[in-house]
Amino acid sequence: MSTEALRPSSYLGEGAGPAAWLLTTDHKRVAWLYLVSLTAFFFLGGAFAVLMRVELATPAGDLVSDDTYNRLFSLHGIIMVWFFLVPSIPATLGNFLLPLMIGARDLAFPRLNLASWYVFILGSAFALASVLAGGVDTGWTFYTPLSTLYANGFVSMAALGVFIVGFSTIMTGINFIVTIHTLRAPGLTWFRLPIFVWTMYATALVMVLATPVLAASLILIVLERLFGIGIFNPALGGDPLLFQHLFWFYSHPAVYIMILPGMGVVSEVLPCFSRRPLFGYKAVALSSMAIAVFGFLVWGHHMFVSGQSAYAGVLFSFLSFCVAIPSAIKVFNWSLTLRKGEITFETPMLYALFFLALFTFGGLAGLFLAALAIDVHVHDTYFVVAHFHYIMVGGMVTAYMAGLHFWWPKLTGRMYSETWGRIAATVTFLGFNLTFFPQFVLGFLGMPRRYHTYPPEFQFWHILSSAGAVVLAVGYLMPLLYLGWSLFRGARAPANPWRATGLEWQTASPPPPHNFETMPVVTRPAYAYDMKGLKHERFSPHREEAAQ
Amino acid sequence: MSGTESVAFDTPQRERRGDNFAMWVFIASEAMLFGAIFLVFLVAHIDFGRAFAGASKHLSLPLGTFNTVLLITSSFTMALAHMLALQRRWRATVWALLATSALGVCFLVVKGIEYGKEIQEGLAPLLGLPFRYSGPDPVHAEFFFGLYFAMTSLHALHLIGGIVVITGMIALWRTANPASRLGRVVAVGLYWHFVDIIWVFMFPVLYLINR
Repeated sequence: MSTEALRPSSYLGEGAGPAAWLLTTDHKRVAWLYLVSLTAFFFLGGAFAVLMRVELATPAGDLVSDDTYNRLFSLHGIIMVWFFLVPSIPATLGNFLLPLMIGARDLAFPRLNLASWYVFILGSAFALASVLAGGVDTGWTFYTPLSTLYANGFVSMAALGVFIVGFSTIMTGINFIVTIHTLRAPGLTWFRLPIFVWTMYATALVMVLATPVLAASLILIVLERLFGIGIFNPALGGDPLLFQHLFWFYSHPAVYIMILPGMGVVSEVLPCFSRRPLFGYKAVALSSMAIAVFGFLVWGHHMFVSGQSAYAGVLFSFLSFCVAIPSAIKVFNWSLTLRKGEITFETPMLYALFFLALFTFGGLAGLFLAALAIDVHVHDTYFVVAHFHYIMVGGMVTAYMAGLHFWWPKLTGRMYSETWGRIAATVTFLGFNLTFFPQFVLGFLGMPRRYHTYPPEFQFWHILSSAGAVVLAVGYLMPLLYLGWSLFRGARAPANPWRATGLEWQTASPPPPHNFETMPVVTRPAYAYDMKGLKHERFSPHREEAAQ
Repeated sequence: MSGTESVAFDTPQRERRGDNFAMWVFIASEAMLFGAIFLVFLVAHIDFGRAFAGASKHLSLPLGTFNTVLLITSSFTMALAHMLALQRRWRATVWALLATSALGVCFLVVKGIEYGKEIQEGLAPLLGLPFRYSGPDPVHAEFFFGLYFAMTSLHALHLIGGIVVITGMIALWRTANPASRLGRVVAVGLYWHFVDIIWVFMFPVLYLINR
């Protein structure tokens, strides 16, 4: 069967007007709605970061005032965390791929899925309104009593925006959990699921169980600001530290919302471009669940210097080291997958390998921070900033780019320019390291975060970092151009350009409206790259075999 | 598709299982929301036990008890609706649902009377209202009342949500897909029982623990 025969019934052909997109319940189109809005937020958040890096090129505060600088880093954090990173892979690639990967026609609740996007847009309207009104100066963490008593920005509006977006996250989480439980194709047992599905499951669990706690803490902040109920205000009997506990009880698990999906993408890409089954499948699958569970037990490591009990500090330090175990299991298994593989360096593979390097580096820096004594030294310095950017940007955004390139032919039915893809991946990697490695040094030398001026001896490292930010920006702008170009001019993509094994590759590119012409039956484990006929030759989907 | 709301499911039976499961996942999520707020209350209670004990005695035990009775009765009528729906006695089901939401409205009215009484007595530290409290440690008593209003109003909001959904369900009873009636009753029933259980925890924690 040729892919040309399937193309007329592609999901992209089902109406082109605004209504056909804005009222769609097709998970593939909802994924596009998210993709477009998240891309806008990514570049908005990135613009704030660029302004910060330009300000920091000199020790004096010559571009923006301290107050403006506070607003820049707050908005950068709020937008990047809640309006890009948390929904990034789940709402775009997850939304598009989850039903395809498990052989379903759609997510369990297609209307809930579309509703989640509208709730996201409503929440982002609040966030954007607070940006236009003058911004927020509390940092993305909304720490009390700063946020409740002293902040003069539009805290309630931004907090409401984040609160509303939380509902969208919970809706997506519920939809994913129910879909994975109830809509797997015949023969697709739990241990035949692609790791991407496992990580979506772990992510959805964290979304459903952690986001409401953030909602509770934001409600209490808004109640305090608008109604004067002083839950976090010591003058009214409240306790400001309570906010930190509640906030990090959400926000540490949220860190795993922001990395688990990236791990899922990489687990798909690495086996495909080394033509090897994923090494230690079960260990990788279960380590995602372990990360999700441990993630709920480590929030106190953000509060080592907050005055919490020393015994709590020791316990949280120990538990934080424990999270490194499942993460390391993944890194070792990915490395062993590459061993003796027939590795080729297509764009998704380059991004995936860069992910492996940057995630490992950032993860090791995390162990420094989990150690009590070192954390006291580098707490609230650029060391922390560098650490979480290695995970969030070097890890998650790199994996997002890997996934976007890997599944771009499936999303659009078009191939992107491989040459430009490889150049962009490399530029991003170099720019990223140039931006954030100097920040480790700065932090260790004692440069605190969130200041717009600094002593002149730090300037050398700051200039390196600012120069890197420019390179990084170029690296991120390039895909916008060549992927955009390929949408209209790219070569037609075959159903399975990478000879990959997942179910999503067994349907046309782009897929028909209800995903499969014939509903698939699964007879093989995931990543069967070592099966006879698959390793060296073009993978032929069993649906085609059955048709013969 | 064969009588299902969502194209993803093959049969209404499988869809009902999915709906049911989704409601349980949602309830787990809600439990975390209330769990966080209960945690705040309990930690504060450990820190300021004497102030909280004193403040708690200013709440109206008769009204709180009456409200508890109302909600538990509404859970009974909701369970009745579930039972009747299983037997496909739809008229009776609608009456049971109406009774459930009416009891919910009664709860809200009583809660409103209670709030009014507390505001008059100067026990509401919100919206700049004067806080007049004569007992020991008024600062932490104020904290107690802040939490009391936050917790009970969050619960009331959930109850209002339940009433709106039940009312909407009855209003659309004839037009909505009859094949998924039972599923809807079961789902809204799960939610309603959950909101009741929250109150069953809130009542002793706020009203009884210190007596």
